[in-house]
Amino acid sequence: MTEQIGRRVPRKEDRRLLAGHARFGADVQFPRMAHVRVVRSPVAHGTVSRIATEAARAQPGVIDVVTAEDLPADLRIPVRLHVEGTDPGERLQPVLASHTVRYVGEPLAVVAAEDAYLAEDAAELVELEIDELPARLDAGSGDDEVVADFGLGYGDVESAFAGAAHVARLEFSVQRHSGVPLEPRALTVDYVPATGGVEIFGATKVPGFNRRVLAQLLDVDESVIHLHAVDAGGGFGVRGEFYPEDFLVPWLARRLRRPVSWVEDRAEHLVAVNHSRQQRHRLEVAAAGDGTILGLRDDVWHDNGAYVRTHGVIVPELTLSMLPGPYRVPAYSGRVRVALTNKTPCGTYRAPGRFEGTAAREQLLDLVAAELGMDRVELRRRNLLTPGELPHTRAMHTLGTELVLDSGDYPRLLDRALDTVDELGWRELVARGRAQGRLLGLGLSLFLEKSGLGPHDTADVEITSTGRVRVHSGGTSLGQGIETVLAQIVADEFGVSVDRVDVVNGDTTLQPFGTGSWASRSTVVAGSAVRGAGRAVALRVRELGAEVLEAAPEDVELADGVVRVRGAATARALDLAEVWLAAQPGSPWLRDGEPAGLSARHRFAVDRMTYPYGAHVCVVEVDPGSGGVTVLRYLVAYEVGRAVNPALVEGQLRGGVAQGVGGALLEEFRYDESGQPQCTTFMDYLMPTASEVPAVEIVLCEDAPATTNPLGARGAGEGGLTGAGAAVASAVSDAIGRPAMTGLPLDPGSVLAALGTVTGPAAASADGIP
Amino acid sequence: MKDQHLVTLTVNGREHELVLESRRTLADTLRQELGLTGTHLGCEHGICGACTVLLDGEPVRACLVFGVQADGREIRTVEGLADGDELNDLQQAFSRHHGLQCGFCTPGFLMLAEAYLAGGGSADPGEVREVVSANLCRCTGYQGIVEAVTEVAARRREQAAKAHD
Repeated sequence: MTEQIGRRVPRKEDRRLLAGHARFGADVQFPRMAHVRVVRSPVAHGTVSRIATEAARAQPGVIDVVTAEDLPADLRIPVRLHVEGTDPGERLQPVLASHTVRYVGEPLAVVAAEDAYLAEDAAELVELEIDELPARLDAGSGDDEVVADFGLGYGDVESAFAGAAHVARLEFSVQRHSGVPLEPRALTVDYVPATGGVEIFGATKVPGFNRRVLAQLLDVDESVIHLHAVDAGGGFGVRGEFYPEDFLVPWLARRLRRPVSWVEDRAEHLVAVNHSRQQRHRLEVAAAGDGTILGLRDDVWHDNGAYVRTHGVIVPELTLSMLPGPYRVPAYSGRVRVALTNKTPCGTYRAPGRFEGTAAREQLLDLVAAELGMDRVELRRRNLLTPGELPHTRAMHTLGTELVLDSGDYPRLLDRALDTVDELGWRELVARGRAQGRLLGLGLSLFLEKSGLGPHDTADVEITSTGRVRVHSGGTSLGQGIETVLAQIVADEFGVSVDRVDVVNGDTTLQPFGTGSWASRSTVVAGSAVRGAGRAVALRVRELGAEVLEAAPEDVELADGVVRVRGAATARALDLAEVWLAAQPGSPWLRDGEPAGLSARHRFAVDRMTYPYGAHVCVVEVDPGSGGVTVLRYLVAYEVGRAVNPALVEGQLRGGVAQGVGGALLEEFRYDESGQPQCTTFMDYLMPTASEVPAVEIVLCEDAPATTNPLGARGAGEGGLTGAGAAVASAVSDAIGRPAMTGLPLDPGSVLAALGTVTGPAAASADGIP
Repeated sequence: MKDQHLVTLTVNGREHELVLESRRTLADTLRQELGLTGTHLGCEHGICGACTVLLDGEPVRACLVFGVQADGREIRTVEGLADGDELNDLQQAFSRHHGLQCGFCTPGFLMLAEAYLAGGGSADPGEVREVVSANLCRCTGYQGIVEAVTEVAARRREQAAKAHD
């Protein structure tokens, strides 16, 4: 069997998904299931004087109506990712609000009924008396509740700026938007009378963490809580974190002693699930006359919404720690103030902190290039870290790890991206369009990513009765194809195809030590764990096979799923099912005291992350009449270390670009002056369709294998998105002859405003692109 | 007081007699009464298209159609595409072109594309892109979907031409 790693193996997930036989959270149904509807605050800020549930309770088919009074006192959802030195204090989100509501959509009560339609009817009858209070809607307005104020940096920034030939300044804002997966959240929970425990279907991301939190909040042993693996309709950071419903639904199943189903509708999703991205940056770069960066400063306001949720203040920490990007920045100082507002609380969205910071930094670099009259590519090339300067340590911590940029060749990646752009003739495309009087622009951004966050993950591998290889991994399937990737990794240990491998991700009973899928970590960390476990089982297979074959272990080989004496092709061979049989209790080959079966558990631990990097290049056209922006061409160059499945890496990058185009041009959660959300349908929250997303050229680089893991892999989940806001902004500013844009989204209004004084076609770019 | 009706739906060639409340959507009917959970609900207001099924051959949003409106009519869902264990040409093309990731929107895209192809849809990628922009996908960036539908359109036209000769 040829090596499976590196091949474009068709996905194992596809068959069930294409046939309509997948199992998503809402597909799991039990007899006598109660259906839940959450009653949410209709106001942004207020004091709750009364919640009247009598009318709802009186409805036929209503089983229960619950408010905060019915719950254990002061239940709050803890932070999963702490940032040292910060304390969210009283601003952790309660499971149900009691005295005060702080955003539209905050859960206040829960109705359980025999049918989802009845539950929704009854929820309408829950009467809320809330005295409205003024809503705080803007971070940095002068009247702020700052929940964290911290800085990161290194070097002598003051001196760098004092001695600089040139200082460029930019204010750049990024709008509130989020992951918005196509499947809304859904939880089905079955009650287990014998233990008082719960079987949970639908929490996909960090099931191990969620089980721990739920066990603590319910005051039960973790062993009676079982989170099952189900399909999930996209994660993007928002799905699977511990939300109020993740307590309420299991708690209700125990209270009612029957199965309970909750399916979020889209209007709820858009006000309930983590928002993200909203930041305002005030950046300054100190540069020498030749464009060499001497120092960098950023002062950030981060709007975190009404509460601190499971991500704590990790998103702004990531903004600060990753802001210097792939460049040689001798001195850096970043400060962030995390402010609370009366809007939906925030968490991570794919490329959290980096989409925002990369857009701000790259626009600053475009600005300084324009101000110095330099080519913006040349400015970047001059400041990129070279391979000889890696590994490069920045005296900062992020996600609790030391920030050490591992191996890489950033200038080479830039060359590969630009060579491809030349081959594709994009500069000529822009020049031709401009010659016709059209507003075309070419945009470029470079970015640094992070991936493969530890500290550990655990995997089990076992051989089953028909000689199949079974994996119980700590990752979770969110649609990214991790089942296939893990199958490829383990298949090579036995020389079998992925068709002989079964992968179960994220089942807390089968794999109690899993740490979940997020932060572009699963191929790297779960993959390395699976490889280790597979290797241990393969060794056991060879040893036991050697005994059966009456050969020395070093004389047998395991290839194509068969153990045989090396060099003796005609000799007796054992397939995996036969070796499995030899490992069963009662087998003459099993020694006294030796455990039966063929299985192993492996924990892969790693202290540091690995840092992928890349470039985005795009061509846009601006309609001077409407201010509309059309993305005509798009390219991503990405260093992935080693692509376990290149097709899936490309898919990750393409999907990221689609979301990035949405974030750059279309998507925004807007509020009116009283804090009422204005984007609660897909008519108002605009996600890109096939008409807005161009075909994406991919330059997939495997020039710099990661040094932090045995696979050499770097994560690939986020790099399609990280540089997108930056590249589109760069292209729009190029199209309209502005040195830099001042924020996202580049919606028609803001583009028209930026066009403002521009008359006629844009002046030729200072840097000669094209 | 529930407003209930006895209706007959033919789903993937099989007839079902059901008592339905008038307000129950076709999507909920398929998913909950018939256990056909391949039809997915992504927005319940007719934008995302994840719940697209064929009603007498026409693509409809099953979240915007009441079950009772399908009385006496033919419904085709994603579960009706494969021939036993054999995925049809379009399903196979989606996999080959990596036209799905999480797969939640996929049944809707498949049914939308089936209607387009059944109507003799052209293999022009621009036209295919226009057609599939009726539905939302959050994972793939649409490229694989466009490629898959375009390829199958070309093949089916070829086959139709051969059959005609």
